[in-house]
Formats: sequence, C-alpha cells, structure tokens
Amino acid sequence: MNRPVRHSLLLLLLASACFTLATLLQPRVATWGQRHAADSLMKVVLGDGRRLFANHFFVQADVTFHSGYYPSIFDRDQAPKGTRHLTASPEDHAEHDPDPASPGREKDEDHSGHACEMSFLGPPRDWIEAFGRRFMVTEHTHLKGGKEREMLPWLKISAELDPQRVETYTVASYWLRNLGKFQEAERFLREGLRNNPKSYEILFELGRLYNENLQDPNRARNVWELGVRCWDERESKKDKPDLLALDELTVHLADLEEKAGNLARAIEWLQRALRASPRPEAVQERIEDLQRRLAAGGSRPSP
Amino acid sequence: MNTVWALAGVVIKELYRRKDFYVLFVLTAVMTLLMGSITFFNDPRIASYLKDICLLLIWISALVIAITTTARQIPAERENRTIFPLLAKPVTRGQVVAGKFLGCWLASGIALGVFYLFFGVVSASREHDLAVIQYLQALWLHWVMLAIVVGLALLGSLVFAAPSSNATICFIVVLGILLLGRHLNQVALQQPEPLRTVVYSIYFLIPHLEWYDIRDLLLYDHPGLRWTDCLLATLYAGVYTAMLLLGAWLLFRRKPLHA
Repeated sequence: MNRPVRHSLLLLLLASACFTLATLLQPRVATWGQRHAADSLMKVVLGDGRRLFANHFFVQADVTFHSGYYPSIFDRDQAPKGTRHLTASPEDHAEHDPDPASPGREKDEDHSGHACEMSFLGPPRDWIEAFGRRFMVTEHTHLKGGKEREMLPWLKISAELDPQRVETYTVASYWLRNLGKFQEAERFLREGLRNNPKSYEILFELGRLYNENLQDPNRARNVWELGVRCWDERESKKDKPDLLALDELTVHLADLEEKAGNLARAIEWLQRALRASPRPEAVQERIEDLQRRLAAGGSRPSP
Repeated sequence: MNTVWALAGVVIKELYRRKDFYVLFVLTAVMTLLMGSITFFNDPRIASYLKDICLLLIWISALVIAITTTARQIPAERENRTIFPLLAKPVTRGQVVAGKFLGCWLASGIALGVFYLFFGVVSASREHDLAVIQYLQALWLHWVMLAIVVGLALLGSLVFAAPSSNATICFIVVLGILLLGRHLNQVALQQPEPLRTVVYSIYFLIPHLEWYDIRDLLLYDHPGLRWTDCLLATLYAGVYTAMLLLGAWLLFRRKPLHA
C-alpha cells in the first residue's frame, strides 16, 4: 500500500473515531451544564452580564420614540423619569399643533410634566453650541401614525437581555396593541409572564388586551383578579406599596363588573380602589352612584 | 499640482490593493444583512434599527480606514527608504504632505461612497423611499469630517514613533471629541477655577467633529440641513485641516529622514 493511500485511510479512521465519540458524548455533555437548549444566543454568549446592556436598549427605544431628541448623560437630571410617558396615549400628549413637524411625528408643545422634563436644552451658552444645534435634533416630537413600530426592535432586544425587566413587556405590548398587533402582544406578554410569573403589571396589561382589543371580558376578569392576588402577595406588606397599580387593577375590574351588571361586585372593587386611588373623592362618588342604582334594583348591564 | 495628484494616486491604489477596506465592507454588509433578516413582531416595515446599526458600522469602518491608512503613510516610506528617491524626484516635503493627505482623503471618500451606496440600497429596500438630499448631506459632512481626521493622523505620524501608537491616540482623540465634545462647555461650568478656564479653552480649541454626525436627522426622517450651514461646517473643517497640514509640514520640514 503506497503512502498517500495509507494517509487517506488513517484520516478516514480518525474521522470515524471522532464521529463515533461525538454521538456517544453529545447526550452526556447536554446534561452537564445548567443551560437549557432553548436559551437564546445572547444568554449563551453574554451570560448574566447581558442585563447591564438591557437598560441601554430600553433607553434606545425611548430615544426612537422621541425621534432622536433625548437628554445625554450630561443632562441626566432632565431625563424622563419612569416609563409612563412611553405609554401615554396621544391625547395625553400635546395636540396643540395642527401642523405637525412632519408625517410620522407629532410635535409636543404642551407644558405638562413630560414636556417640561424634556426641555433640557435651554439657551445656547456660546456660538459653538448655537451652531452645533443646527446639526442635531432640537425639537421634542413623538412618533405617530404607525411609526411607533420603530421602537419595537429595541424593546425586544431589551427583553432578550433582561427578561426580568417588566416595563419592557408592558411598554411593547401597549404599542403592539396600538398598532393592531394583538396576537404578537399576547405572545410577548405571555413570554413576560413566563419570565415574571407574579407580575401584576404584566397581568394588568394582558387583561387590557383581552378586554379592550380581543373583546373577551371573562379572560380579562380572570387575569385582573389574578393580578390583584399577585399584588397582595408582593406589595401589601411593603412600606410603600405600588398603589397606582392596585388602583388601575381594581378600577378596571369595577368597570368590567359594572358593564356585566354585577353592581355589588363592582362596588366591592371600588371600595378596594378607594384605599389606593390618588382621587378617593371621585371613587366615593362612583360608589354612591352604584349603590343608588343597586338599591333601585338596577343590576342590568349599563349601556 | 501634478506631483500632488500623482502621490495621491499611489495612496488610492494602495487602498484597493490592501485588504482592509474589503474586510470592513464585508463585515458591515454581513452584519447589516444578518440584522435585516430578523423580523420583529412580524412587521417587515420596521427599518430604523437596521439603518442605525448600518450607519454605526459605516462610521466605525470609515474611521478605521481613514486613520490606519493615513497613520502608516510617512512611516512606511521612511522604513522602506522609498522616501529618499521620492524626495530626489524632485518633490518637496510640502508636496509629499499634500499628496499623502489628498490621497488618504480621496481614498476615504471612495470607501465612504461604497458604504453609503450600500446603506442607500438597504434603506430604500426596506422603506421603499430615500431622502436623497439628507442622504447626500450626511455623506458630504461625513467626508468633510474625515478630512480633519486624516489631517490629525498625518500630523500624528510625524510626532509619534510608531503607526500603531499614532492610530491608537488618534482613535482616542476622535472618539473623545465625538462623544464628549458637545458637552465640554457644560462640564467646564461645573468646575472650579482655574480648571474651568482650562476645560473651556479645550472646548474652543478642539475641532467639533460631532457637528458632522447627523445620523439622527437621517434616521428619524428630519428635514435636511440648510445648505449655508453645510457650507459653514465645510469652511470650519477646511480651516482645521489646513492648520493640521501646516503643522505636519512644519514638522516634516525639520525632521531627519533616516530612522
């Protein structure tokens, strides 16, 4: 047998040995680590360090929502606080400008909390700053007209990097619902719920999806009631519980029960909301109204 | 002027003979196309994340091409001892500096043109629309900014011993200006004297490269810049480039050529 043939046979033998060993070892190797087969690429590559980057991508979604007009780290004091401005309805933002900056964006000229927060630029300090502003975004606008979809990739990446960040799911779901993508919203919220099983925030958002978009009040009721139980479990013993979330859950449940004609149950939820609401007098008025209707024998669904 | 063009031509030929540009372009294209193949929430119309990533890669690649190409020009001529026959042509040292600058700047411009063409194709294929004016303004300002970067790297190649140290320092300076330049005055005002004056002086001295980064205007479909602003920014870059080239020429004039 000549030398090249011998080498080829040796190579074939080694390749067969590798293949055989691989088939033997692969099932064992899979059980060595804690990593599940369904782990995302980012989780495998970055490990727990990925959470550090999640906030960056969440902020990037906010930057996109403001079309690039956003405070830098040097204007941190003026950066928007919390995430509520990201899920405020267009009516909550300025509608004062009938001629928006351009299609796909709406000018925010109101002087409410968010608009004031975002007026971080101030007058230019010198000619360099004044001239430099001609090359940057200096107008506070929000995406609109379907352009809000441009925020979604950043939110998805943020959720991949930090699955325990609840706001990512609620903000993304809010915009998915607004864009008419109900199935995608449900799927994303369910994914969030799998990663955060006791999250009353995600349950609240899921309930809104069922009630407002999928017209399924029974599932909404179940989800919201579970949300209240989760809230009790997580928040009731805290010194500063998240009362706003409880208010939202209970008021929505009361609305649902009122529409279904269950006035007594609606009153029960409103009485719970009374302790959480920032405007208890308005809730008290509603309770009295419902009590009057209940006394008059009106347990029919309201029109 | 013919001598300067001839020298520039050699640098441009070097760009397409070396592999740097091809590697960077292929990397940019592959990463952009990979990101483009992902569909978020079943919506194929989402485009800004892709444009954002593509533009970021273009900015990084353009800086790498401009700085590394420029940083090795004069040291390579000295190391290979080709500077002696070059200067014996006769070519003056001023012409060498001008030719090297022009070549590097044009080479960066050619690379930038290819990158922006790719970006335009990606952007138009996603959005079925291309804001041509904003797109050309972004390309022009990016190229003008690279003139300052090339000037800086050329000056650095006469100050620092090795191309690697020059390239590293240039990267730090350019990235520092791009990230912090806009905010230095704000930082200065928070400092006590005399630090405040020092930081404010640096703020006025540095070339404000961040002006030329109009990616946000392009990404979020803002209206284009006024042409007078583009012209003024071009003049500003021209003055800084001339200053850097003058400094490079003054240094090169007195520099001994044997290593």
